[in-house]
Amino acid sequence: MANLEQLSNSYYRLLTRNIILTIISVSIIPLILVSITIYYQFRTSYHEKVYAHLCELVHKHKQNIDGFLSEKLGDIRFLANSFGLDKLSDESFLQDRLAALQKNYGPVFVDLGIINNEGEQIAYAGPFKLAKANYSDAEWYLQAVRNQYFISDVFLGLRGLPHFIVTVRDTRKGQNWILRATIDFVAFNTLVENIHIGQTGFAFIVNKEGKLQTTPITKPFLDILPGKIIYKDFLNDQTSDPNEIRVSVKPDSKNRKNIYVASFLKNGDWLLVYQQRAADAFADLNKTFKITTILMLLGPLGVVIMAFTLSRMIVNRIARADTEKQLMNEKVVEAGKLASVGELAAGVAHEINNPVAIMVEEAGWMGDLLEEEEFQESKNLAEFKKSIGQIQTQGKRCKQITHKLLSFARRTDGSVQDVDINDMLEELVALSAQRAKYSMVEIQPDYQENLPCLKFSLSELQQVFFNIINNAIDAMEKNGGQLKISSRRKDNYIVVEISDTGTGIPEANLSRIFDPFFTTKPIGKGTGLGLSICYGIIDKMGGKIRCKSSVDVGTTFWVSIPIQAGNGP
Amino acid sequence: MMPPFVMLVDDEAPFVKTMTKRLTKRNLEVETALGGQEALDTLDKHRNIDVVILDVKMPGMDGIETLQRIKTSYPLTEVIMLTAYATVESAIEGMKLGAFDYLMKPCDMEQLMGKVIEATRKKRNHEDKIREAQVKEVLSKHGA
Repeated sequence: MANLEQLSNSYYRLLTRNIILTIISVSIIPLILVSITIYYQFRTSYHEKVYAHLCELVHKHKQNIDGFLSEKLGDIRFLANSFGLDKLSDESFLQDRLAALQKNYGPVFVDLGIINNEGEQIAYAGPFKLAKANYSDAEWYLQAVRNQYFISDVFLGLRGLPHFIVTVRDTRKGQNWILRATIDFVAFNTLVENIHIGQTGFAFIVNKEGKLQTTPITKPFLDILPGKIIYKDFLNDQTSDPNEIRVSVKPDSKNRKNIYVASFLKNGDWLLVYQQRAADAFADLNKTFKITTILMLLGPLGVVIMAFTLSRMIVNRIARADTEKQLMNEKVVEAGKLASVGELAAGVAHEINNPVAIMVEEAGWMGDLLEEEEFQESKNLAEFKKSIGQIQTQGKRCKQITHKLLSFARRTDGSVQDVDINDMLEELVALSAQRAKYSMVEIQPDYQENLPCLKFSLSELQQVFFNIINNAIDAMEKNGGQLKISSRRKDNYIVVEISDTGTGIPEANLSRIFDPFFTTKPIGKGTGLGLSICYGIIDKMGGKIRCKSSVDVGTTFWVSIPIQAGNGP
Repeated sequence: MMPPFVMLVDDEAPFVKTMTKRLTKRNLEVETALGGQEALDTLDKHRNIDVVILDVKMPGMDGIETLQRIKTSYPLTEVIMLTAYATVESAIEGMKLGAFDYLMKPCDMEQLMGKVIEATRKKRNHEDKIREAQVKEVLSKHGA
């Protein structure tokens, strides 16, 4: 028994575990897969969007800066071409031109100068004392002589301040002369300085050697300023289109991922680089990732809690159903056993009845003989008669018991058929007529006509009413009386009322009359099974059986039997 | 009234023997048979038997079949069914086939005697009526 319990406990534990694993696996695995897929797709598209945005930003600023430089170069070219060396060599005229340019563009143009073939500045307009300055050794001058137009890198020069120079070369009488303009570094720097996104995004310009041409807002970002190695990759890759925007993601010196977006300026002389920490650029994505992760953890947590609760509920129900099933099986086995015992008892009862009948008859014969004269003088005559009487009484008791056993155990014909209740009652009345006559019982039938047929087992219904009628006649056996049997329809029921004017049932016994083996009849007269069988049959049919009784007035039974649907008159 | 002439039919010989003694002691004329066929043969010999006390369950020809045959050949003879195993169905069937009444074994002698006398009276009344009718018929024929 203990083993069985252990076995069933381990079975339910295993079942619970399997249900939990099934729920978790079918819920969480798809959830994880879907979440990962969605997050991956979202991350990819978000990255693409950020890169596209940064490329667009760099592209626009490249255009701005290139436009700024072209514009300034155009102004200088206009001066050189319009006025020629003679006029421009006049310092007051040059001063006027500078004033006109500063009026148009603000302090972008710092100064103007004319440089002759020997590199000597022959005319100068500007705030510095640079008249007669000699630039023959200056790097920018050597470049300016070689190129018709030239924009230098940013350098400190003679004035000791960062600036760059725009030059236009012209020729007069076989001699080169150069118009030079200095562009204010602050004004130029502002163009790049304004490129600023997020917490860590900033831009700067380097030349071909990797020297900074602008001053980034470095203070907060000093630690993240890129090493040359980063933009050298871009500088070395000049094979492709110079207008192309290049993107690269590399770790900085502190191993933090940075995004670099770069584009060449000034026909490939300068490189505009935008740099931002990846964590900063993808801050929103990271925030989304955190929220998603929290949801991803909460979701499965809910699933796990639900799996545990649900599996417990399901297993409890299964266990309850199993218990009910087991009980049902036990009942079926028990019923089977009872049926076997019943059949056995029926056989035994039948076989016993004949010998009992012989015994009773023999005792009766002995009783008959005792009536003869020769025995009348016997001193034990009374004892003989008493013993014979006892044999007969007990014999009749055996008869009652075996008859009830037989009717209880025998297979009644349970087949459902159309039963005309009035016909059936008439048959039973005819059957009981002789007995009623001997007991001076007058049977008064009162049947409602055209009652619908019932769809039940005829033999079961006969058994019920035969029992009640027999009991009624028993109750009137001594003094006779009236037995009223009536049938009528009430709603969806046929009600049969059987009332007698017999001895009645005491109130204390009324509630027990349907209990098995309850009887008030003398020993040998009743077994107490009849009404309990009736109750069982009517209850099975879905009907009701009710009794009202008063001592010395009589007893009435009402039996209500349901009319099946479609059986209307 | 002349004492009833009964035939007791049962396959249990000791029962038949004792019952015969008891009925005889009560001034009844008794014939016996231990089976259905024997009962029919006895009836052929003693056509004036008033009542047949017939056991339902017997080997060979059972009580119901015997009853049918008796009622076919001797419709005036009354039959009281006697059974060790009284089912409502078999009793109803017996009554439908014309049995006078039914009793359950072991039966009360006084009850049996009462039924035998009732059945005899009924049978003889019936015979009297038939006889009267026959007499009337003869008389009417003579009168005519």
